[in-house]
Amino acid sequence: MSGIRFAKDHEWVKVEGDIATVGISPYAQEQLGDVVFVDLPAIGKKVEKGKELAVVESVKAASEVYAPVSGEVVGVNEALGDAPGTVNEDALGKGWFAKVKMSNKAELDALMDEAAYKTFCEGLH
Amino acid sequence: MTTPNPLTNTISGNRGLQIEEPLIFEMDAPGRSGVDLPAVPQHKERLGGLKRKSEVGLPGLGESQVVRHYTKLSQKNYAIDMSVYPLGSCTMKHNPRLNEKIARLNGIADLHPMQPVSTVQGALEVIDTLAHWLKTLTGMPAVAMSPAAGAHGELCGMLTIRAAHLAKGNARKRILVPESAHGTNPATAASIGYEVDPVPADDRGRVDLAAFKAKLGPDVAGTMITNPNTCGLFENDIIDIADAVHGAGGYFYCDGANFNAIVGRVRPGDLGVDAMHINLHKTFSTPHGGGGPGAGPVVLSEALAPYAPLPYVTHGKNGFDLVEQDDSGKAFGRLKGFHGQMGMFTRALSYILSHGADGLRQVSGDAVLNANYLQASLRGDLSAAFPGTCMHEALFNDDFLEGTNVTTLDFAKAMIDEGYHPMTMYFPLVVHGALLMEPTETESKTDLDRYIEVVQGLARRAKGGDATYFQGAPYHTPRRRLDETLAARQPILRWKPEQAKKAAE
Amino acid sequence: MRYLPLTEADRQAMLAKIGAPSVESLYADVPNGALQKAPIAGLSNHMAEMEVERFIGAMARKNIGTNEAPSFLGAGAYRHHVPASVDHLIQRGEFLTSYTPYQPEVAQGTLQYLFEFQTQVALLTGMDVANASMYDGATSTTEAVAMANRVTRRKKAILSGGLHPHYREVVETHGRHTGFETVSAPLDATGKEDLAKLLGPDASCVVVQNPSFFGHVHDLKALADAVHAAGALLIVVVTEIVSLGLITPPGEMGADIVTAEGQSIGNPLGFGGPYVGLFAAREKFLRQMPGRLVGQTADVDGRRGWVLTLSTREQHIRREKATSNICTNSGLCALAFTIHMSLLGESGLNHLARLNHANASVLADRLAGLPGVKLINDSFFNEFTLQLPKPAIGVVEELAKRRILGGVPVARLVKDKAAENLLLVAATELTTEAEMDALESGLKEVLK
Repeated sequence: MSGIRFAKDHEWVKVEGDIATVGISPYAQEQLGDVVFVDLPAIGKKVEKGKELAVVESVKAASEVYAPVSGEVVGVNEALGDAPGTVNEDALGKGWFAKVKMSNKAELDALMDEAAYKTFCEGLH
Repeated sequence: MTTPNPLTNTISGNRGLQIEEPLIFEMDAPGRSGVDLPAVPQHKERLGGLKRKSEVGLPGLGESQVVRHYTKLSQKNYAIDMSVYPLGSCTMKHNPRLNEKIARLNGIADLHPMQPVSTVQGALEVIDTLAHWLKTLTGMPAVAMSPAAGAHGELCGMLTIRAAHLAKGNARKRILVPESAHGTNPATAASIGYEVDPVPADDRGRVDLAAFKAKLGPDVAGTMITNPNTCGLFENDIIDIADAVHGAGGYFYCDGANFNAIVGRVRPGDLGVDAMHINLHKTFSTPHGGGGPGAGPVVLSEALAPYAPLPYVTHGKNGFDLVEQDDSGKAFGRLKGFHGQMGMFTRALSYILSHGADGLRQVSGDAVLNANYLQASLRGDLSAAFPGTCMHEALFNDDFLEGTNVTTLDFAKAMIDEGYHPMTMYFPLVVHGALLMEPTETESKTDLDRYIEVVQGLARRAKGGDATYFQGAPYHTPRRRLDETLAARQPILRWKPEQAKKAAE
Repeated sequence: MRYLPLTEADRQAMLAKIGAPSVESLYADVPNGALQKAPIAGLSNHMAEMEVERFIGAMARKNIGTNEAPSFLGAGAYRHHVPASVDHLIQRGEFLTSYTPYQPEVAQGTLQYLFEFQTQVALLTGMDVANASMYDGATSTTEAVAMANRVTRRKKAILSGGLHPHYREVVETHGRHTGFETVSAPLDATGKEDLAKLLGPDASCVVVQNPSFFGHVHDLKALADAVHAAGALLIVVVTEIVSLGLITPPGEMGADIVTAEGQSIGNPLGFGGPYVGLFAAREKFLRQMPGRLVGQTADVDGRRGWVLTLSTREQHIRREKATSNICTNSGLCALAFTIHMSLLGESGLNHLARLNHANASVLADRLAGLPGVKLINDSFFNEFTLQLPKPAIGVVEELAKRRILGGVPVARLVKDKAAENLLLVAATELTTEAEMDALESGLKEVLK
């Protein structure tokens, strides 16, 4: 399985082996505006698909970031501590949030591919 | 030769009466003080070996410098004393100075809270008299006086409800809160462990009664409803709502933030309310003081009264008593140090006595009249969020700005340049781009007319396609739009000596 | 009516514009029967300004104020001198009658003084950051416990027996109803308790007051080490903020959060409120702090300015996930604090603190010499505990009959047989030798 996949709550996942890198989509960062803080999970935390993984804050809003897949947090993007704006500048790249060691790769099947997600966002206007 | 722009280019950076002012820490001369004190007498030092070795780091200034510093700071603020302050749900009415005089009387301002009760009978009488007015105006049998502000009052009311449920063996789980509620409501309910279950608004801006009833069940501890609500509307199903929640064994907490609309005309006790806080700093004119202090006494129904917190005033054999320790075991506990916001009680009582029962009725009538006049006058230019008349505040959405590229925020900032504090923006959340205006009863028709003209003029300018003007506003304030992203990304929350060194380099 | 500017002609013209027949008709949504047709019965009608002054003035005259009688009360509220310019400045309408600074362009005055306030509080307590105030010392302390619970993800607070009983009760009340445990050490009149032995792996924090409710001054470094070793936070409470002009600040002794009552600086006794809660913490806990914070930034022209910041912690944004439900705080009391502290400055605060300590020390020596009276404290700042030969409540009543406000009986605040004869006595810069004479001779007479 390759390529990027998206959840309805605007998280993205890139998979290498059984490690999923998770971030939020360009659409999500645009809706939030300037990101000022990201509350990242502790390494070792067990997360469940659809439950809170992190919190991302703009000046006037705080939004939960839900885990698109279940598993254990094995890495977090410490660089966001000093430069939360990276989420705005490079949402799909350097603005990643966490790496999750997946416990159930079948969960990926429920996520959208890039084209499906694009259609999904257009429906939201 | 080019002439510097006289609008921006003064040598000092000052602009006439707008004077630049450094931080107090940047005006230091070591050893200087604005206070003279008597000599320290001979004594035995008993500090347990913990005498401070480090300097605090406070700057030294003379009195004249301090007076000028804070005078200049004050001149960078907008205030009710200057003009209309139409912040919806904040009730920014005139603050009579008589209240300030009364609060500073000898025998009130200089009382220690722990003096023997025999020496503070008059103070307890002030509290008791105010309590009597609050109970009578709301038609409720009891009042807890100690909460320090509205949110603290909410906590008090919800703890009383929780204690009443606990006395029956089960605190229950859920609190129903309308989506239009002030943020303190869900925050309060959640802080004491209740699950907040949001109730949608109907298309008339009121609680959706059917949806409300559908959510009721044996695990519902109660509901928190603001009435008149944050859309500036009276919940006309309020008695059905109260009956329904009582039928499910729950209690009705009413957020009294908007009591100014009905004071002297409607008693919440007649609507089935079990607990309601009263913001003395809204309805009863105690000054907002840049964000406090407030006071939030909570009136209580018969069912909840036994669980009220400590302390409370009673009528004893030898005058007033103050109950500070609980013998019944029912009081839910204590909410703050000492007895409550006495300084706010005296101010509120002064306001209440000044108006009397007849005047308070006029207060609500004029407040509602002013808001409706505002709504009617702006109807052609702004877009009212809901049809019909309103209570003490008029709510508009941003439909009138559609296609202009001007946002509610831009519109608000342009109002600042016109000499007005903006209305409440983007609240309540149930209305898109909300503009919530509360003129209060202390505005004259002349002042309202002038305000209306300005708002109309701005709406027309926005529709006329002058978006850039709005996006750059304000232009004439001590500071223009401030970078909130920078403040949040790199928080600087205090002055540090290193900053001074850096600046000097 | 003097506060209502609409004339009858205005009202008619406005109703015509609205298209409503009467003001009553605007209340059509009020259910039948709930709308009062006449002023609510049983209440008086409006009064002239002079009538109100007479009415409330009569109540004020029934009290004995601390300006009229020798007063030695403390226990978390202290009689200090407030310079005339403080009360003048806080009554400027631009401060007094402005709202919370949500529109920063027209609230730079409020925002800048709050930034100065935050800095002063951080400096005094020896901490990294402070917020823009809480309601009072007791509620501030409760918020600190809630914050420690969030930071440590534990739910058990250990409370010192030297903590002000009201503060303890407020924390216990919150604990009971919000689901955390409190372990309250026995009343510690002698200042000898060992809190470290109450620590366990489940404690979120230890709350200790310094100087304690009974006046003792403690070195908290060893306790701080023990608390940190157990993975908990040390919360230090200060009820007499003037003490920090002379005593090692909590931040230098390992405190993680400092809460305090700020009334002593700039604010009158006022029968217990409104006061101003101070709240300071280590920077690493910033995101878990309650209440408003003012931060520095720049405007579009690059000029330094101030805004409310990190608001996502607060109820108006975070709603049920907020760090606290606090909204209104103690803005104007914080301003009084800031102005008074600015007037004092480094040398003034130090002088003030020394004067307080000296007067208390002189008074303690005089009272400890009375027959049957024992001074409990080895150390104190401006308040100490006396053991009397009989119940303190009765003694204080007897003194009041002689128009002497002789201190706070511990039993007024705690029902504890062991505390029955204990009296807290405070002196400040306002305490004169004549007042000390009055208390000394009054006490001698009453204890005879």
